[in-house]
Amino acid sequence: MLANLTALLSTTLRMATPLILAALGGMFSERSGVINIALEGIMLIGAFTAMAGSYFFSPWIGVLAAVIVGMIIAAAHALVSISFRADQIVSGTAINIFAAGITGFLLRLIFGDAGQSPSVQDVGTWKIPFIKDIPVIGGVFGEQIPFVYIALIMVGVSYWILFKTPFGLRIRSVGEHPAAADSVGINVIGMRYIAVIMSGFFAGLAGASLSVGLLDLFVKNMSSGRGFIALAAMIFGRWTPQGAMLAALLFGFADALQMLAQTIGLTFVPRQFLLMAPYILTILALTGVIGRSTPPAADGDPYIKEEV
Amino acid sequence: MASGNNLAVEMKGITKRFPGVIANDRVDFELEKGEIHALLGENGAGKTTLMNCLYGFLNADEGEIFINNKKVEVTDPNVAINHGIGMVHQHFMLVPPFTVTENIVLGKEPTENNMIDYKTANQNVRDISKQYGLNVEPTAKVQDISVGMQQRVEILKALYRGADILILDEPTAVLTPQEVEELVKIMESLTDEGKSIIFITHKLKEVQSIADRVTVIRSGKLIDTVKTDTVTTNELANMMVGREVILEVEKEEANPGEVVLEVEDLYAKNDRDLMALNGTSFSVKRGEILGIAGVDGNGQTELTEVLTGLRKKEKGTIKFKGREITKPQTKRLFEEGISHIPEDRQKRGLIMEFKLYENLILGRHDRKPYASGLNLNNKKIKEEARRLIKEYDIRTPSETVQAKSLSGGNQQKLIIAREFDRKPDLLIAAQPTRGIDVGAIEYIHNSLIGQRDNNKAILLISLELDEILSLSDRVAVIYEGKIVDILDIEDATEEKLGLMMAGAESEEVKGGGQVG
Ligand SMILES: Nc1ncnc2c1ncn2[C@@H]1O[C@H](COP(=O)(O)OP(=O)(O)OP(=O)(O)O)[C@@H](O)[C@H]1O
Ligand SMILES: [Mg+2]
Repeated sequence: MLANLTALLSTTLRMATPLILAALGGMFSERSGVINIALEGIMLIGAFTAMAGSYFFSPWIGVLAAVIVGMIIAAAHALVSISFRADQIVSGTAINIFAAGITGFLLRLIFGDAGQSPSVQDVGTWKIPFIKDIPVIGGVFGEQIPFVYIALIMVGVSYWILFKTPFGLRIRSVGEHPAAADSVGINVIGMRYIAVIMSGFFAGLAGASLSVGLLDLFVKNMSSGRGFIALAAMIFGRWTPQGAMLAALLFGFADALQMLAQTIGLTFVPRQFLLMAPYILTILALTGVIGRSTPPAADGDPYIKEEV
Repeated sequence: MASGNNLAVEMKGITKRFPGVIANDRVDFELEKGEIHALLGENGAGKTTLMNCLYGFLNADEGEIFINNKKVEVTDPNVAINHGIGMVHQHFMLVPPFTVTENIVLGKEPTENNMIDYKTANQNVRDISKQYGLNVEPTAKVQDISVGMQQRVEILKALYRGADILILDEPTAVLTPQEVEELVKIMESLTDEGKSIIFITHKLKEVQSIADRVTVIRSGKLIDTVKTDTVTTNELANMMVGREVILEVEKEEANPGEVVLEVEDLYAKNDRDLMALNGTSFSVKRGEILGIAGVDGNGQTELTEVLTGLRKKEKGTIKFKGREITKPQTKRLFEEGISHIPEDRQKRGLIMEFKLYENLILGRHDRKPYASGLNLNNKKIKEEARRLIKEYDIRTPSETVQAKSLSGGNQQKLIIAREFDRKPDLLIAAQPTRGIDVGAIEYIHNSLIGQRDNNKAILLISLELDEILSLSDRVAVIYEGKIVDILDIEDATEEKLGLMMAGAESEEVKGGGQVG
């Protein structure tokens, strides 16, 4: 029983990790006023890049490459939606479709397999001294893939950036009332670029956590909707790092429960219901059934100076 | 022309074009150090545009700008801020969910270890707010404070950045008379410190009493710059409109008919869930204008909203044309003959992204002749739009531009055109002339009188006592959601109303009328 509980919580944390990272990315982007549904695609490309990096060099070089590629693709989204003021949803969708295509193509081209890559070296686990010896807690936090710790630290760092620094205040002002920010000399376009590129950093990292963290290979379409669940976590968490983390943990818990139920052969709840949980909770959050969730006021609106 | 050495700002030959409009056409403007300089002009004359060019919010197509006798390329607001210019915009530039302090320090935050030093920031805000007598609450969120305080935040924002040239774009349009008085004191204390102020307003009385000099522009062109003590208000009005303007409203005796709207014991809550209407009762007859006078925030907004079906009533009865309306529904009410000029034209009156012709048929868009079956008859709609634009003198390059490209006054005329054209039985006009120039005010006032003489019932809700006194046939004073008293216009004097608006009972005000 205790072993099951420890396993359940430990899995929860692992399953929540890519969600937390991607949700933080979405948060920075939307806080600045740019909707980024390309998280899904950037994660997928990040996962592929990390795997390939590990295959040819080393797992950590793979992670670095995933992050860089994530930022480059996010920059493309920024260019299209901020400078060209194209529809942000369309741009995001295009990137998602592109991501599925390019990773599938490269998978076949480089590894000659349409379904999955060969197994590569993953980043392993980190053991935390002392903590790992505490019962239950040690089982959950004592030894995890590095991404778990990185994600938790990033939540704190993001909170600090967003709510404690001038940079964060400016990001938020640009997402709430860009003309007001402009009127005190803040570079609206520049801030949005930075925020969207940051979201690429996080989504790339989230992707890497899938292919060289949770698993040790790339599987076709392996992000499988996690980018969207991350957006759901961001909304459910009211565009705050700590909220997004809690939401991601909740969704991760539903996932872990579903996996546990399968392994020990419990069937009292169909697993599909647990898989649905993130979406249902998000809809409830949006409709105000569980605490109203309002997006930044200028979320999704391109900024045009002459139209103030 | 050689620059005098006492000029804070000199703008030479400023031209700014928008698609289809020349907003500024070779305008020259001078601001002396330490003066209050009024900028006067009709709606759409180009005042805001000129100031946006000075502040770097817009870039002029032609012309030169000198600040403190130095030529400056004001490419963006940062340049202006660095040269000591601060601007309080016509539509406030504040971030609603941020605190007062956050709004003030935004872009120039005091830091400690890379973090915003909120303690110092709050202290700085308190210090300058004390220095200039601008009372604000540093930790309150902007979305929760009054418009008057928001404006003080805007001024503090400029002062915090060390501005010594201040641009105030229609600062008094949204203020109560008391708040205006306060603002004037603040402006005077600022000029005593050697700061210079550019002050945009439509109120000629304010120009005369506050400003040292005034520059008048019309249709983007400079008309003249004069000392305010050398001109009369009438002369100013004529300069600005380019024709004779009659500032006083002329009207015949009213000839009231049957009661159209009867409100009894109405209760309603405001957005913060507090009771805003506390048993309001009054009635409006055909052929009369009932004015509702009161200080802002005494239930006026809620009253309009309940009467137009935009807010739920808690209790009380509303009778329209003799029939009780139990569940006010906006669309039904409008179809039965209520028209509404809302107090917030951008939020409630227009869809800013829609074209003029689309805005002009809102509410009637599903009926003949504008719609046939499922289709909109765009040809007919545009034709009607052109007629209304002509009839109501809406200044626009065409009916196909977006509502947001019109100046404030012309946006208001657009609403008036739509609402009058519906030929209502009852017209609810809330703040119909807020932020509007004298020429347009004359027009709107005459139209309201015209509607009255056409045997319509008119409920006029206004914060401007002058407007209430010159248009109404009867005046109801609202205080804390209750009608204190209803006076015939002959009995209503400014002092009497002023006292009642502050909550004095009618008996305390000598010789009050009968209680409504
Ligand atoms: N962003 C814009 N795009 C297109 N036209 C504009 C824009 N801003 C202003 N205009 C036009 O420029 C002209 C001048 O507008 P401006 O806002 O400067 O007038 P204003 O004198 O400030 O009027 P008001 O008293 O109503 O505020 C108007 O005809 C207006 O329609
Ligand atoms: Mg203006």
